[in-house]
Amino acid sequence: MTESVKFGVSANIQRRIIGALLLRELLTRFGRNNIGFLWLFAEPMLFTTGVLGIWTLYHTNYTPFPLTAFCVSGYATVLLWRNTIGRCGNAVEPNRALMHHRNVRVIDLFLARIVLEVTGASVSFLALLTLLTLLGAIALPDDMTKMVLAWVMLAWFSASMALIVGPLATLSEPFERFWHIFAYLFLPASGAFFAVSMLPGQLQHIALWVPTVNCTELLREGMFGTNINARYNICYVAVVNLVLMIPGLLLTRHVQMTVEGE
Amino acid sequence: MITLRNVSKYYRVRGGLHLVFAGVDLQVRKGEKVGVLGRNGSGKSTLIRLISGSEFPTTGTIDRRMSVSWPLAMTSAFQGSLTGIDNIYFIARVYGVNAEAIIPYVESISDLGYYLREPVKTYSSGMRARLAFALSMAVEFDCFLIDEVIAVGDASFHERCAHELFERRRDRAMFIVSHDPHYIRHHCDRACVLIQGRLRTFDDLDSALSIYTQEYTAAEGAVT
Repeated sequence: MTESVKFGVSANIQRRIIGALLLRELLTRFGRNNIGFLWLFAEPMLFTTGVLGIWTLYHTNYTPFPLTAFCVSGYATVLLWRNTIGRCGNAVEPNRALMHHRNVRVIDLFLARIVLEVTGASVSFLALLTLLTLLGAIALPDDMTKMVLAWVMLAWFSASMALIVGPLATLSEPFERFWHIFAYLFLPASGAFFAVSMLPGQLQHIALWVPTVNCTELLREGMFGTNINARYNICYVAVVNLVLMIPGLLLTRHVQMTVEGE
Repeated sequence: MITLRNVSKYYRVRGGLHLVFAGVDLQVRKGEKVGVLGRNGSGKSTLIRLISGSEFPTTGTIDRRMSVSWPLAMTSAFQGSLTGIDNIYFIARVYGVNAEAIIPYVESISDLGYYLREPVKTYSSGMRARLAFALSMAVEFDCFLIDEVIAVGDASFHERCAHELFERRRDRAMFIVSHDPHYIRHHCDRACVLIQGRLRTFDDLDSALSIYTQEYTAAEGAVT
């Protein structure tokens, strides 16, 4: 509350709090037993492998891409945004008791979960890519920097959205339920299961309004090269992300002001 | 020093705002023991949460110029599905102290034995209070916020609490809320009374206690 507190000191405190919350989240989610925190990336990895298996089995490749690489890139992006946003919906309730400690703030609860989910999705994507490349199931990526940029932009989008969905879900339980339904229905539009070049002309323009579509396109260009005719506008995604952060931070602040301890 | 200036708190309830208290001005100096007397529901715990900083006042400012504990005996300041030990680690990280260094101390004060390795949600309220108390003694503060700390637990635990808090840490500031005038008389230098949304401050203990007793008996009389 005092302005005299230096920024560096505050940043240090916040880093400490987020670190403490990260470990606390890992413990309750994965426990001390079995393979513990490995689940963080084993879970998305098994999920992607499962979907890949079904697609391969039914020969449902309607795309001009190699099936395995297309499927892995698609599901990886879905898991990144869906887990990051979804897990923030229930970030406050189980941690309400911890907020008796002054420095544990609502935004720290969200940031800890964002860091956790982004890390989990990234590690599992990386592990799966490495494994499948070594097995020869997918080709070496064309341009790693594009893939990293696409992934970072999508992670940023997920974080911005998480800061909106998290507070709204905390304030209203119906919203949390609504969000899960919406996230599911949004899947076909997310860009995971199509490439923009496969769409008819008019739909291409509409699809490019969706930030996740732009990121997935860039990710695939990084994987397959420029000859796949990917369409994206990363500046547009950056602007959307920035703009989304404004209501996100305001809502987080609002939750902080109204939250009551147990 | 802790300074509250014109602090008020409203809670949002069905059909509008509920005033807890308004116009609260208060100072707690280094080493001072200040008591707040109030009946159930008078806003004592809310006041202590505002001072601890876990909740914000609706209006007014609270200035903390010394390290302030979380509300002691706040038995819910733990994550229930974590074990006692994991909660010690969490709180040590939050307050920037070395967990390994304080675990033996917490073990001896709380006397919880192997229960420290069990999830906190399996604890009885007395066990939680013991863990809460031991942990807040393990992290050092300039000012302790005490919310009727000794209300739970058995006689030997009360004794240990009193020894740790009022003997070994007698140089610290304490802010104690209670509905029990004897407890306040025993431990405080001065006291305030929280009545009907106002905090009345007194320079000496006796006037605060007599006002509180009067108000209390008057209210009791009105009920019967």
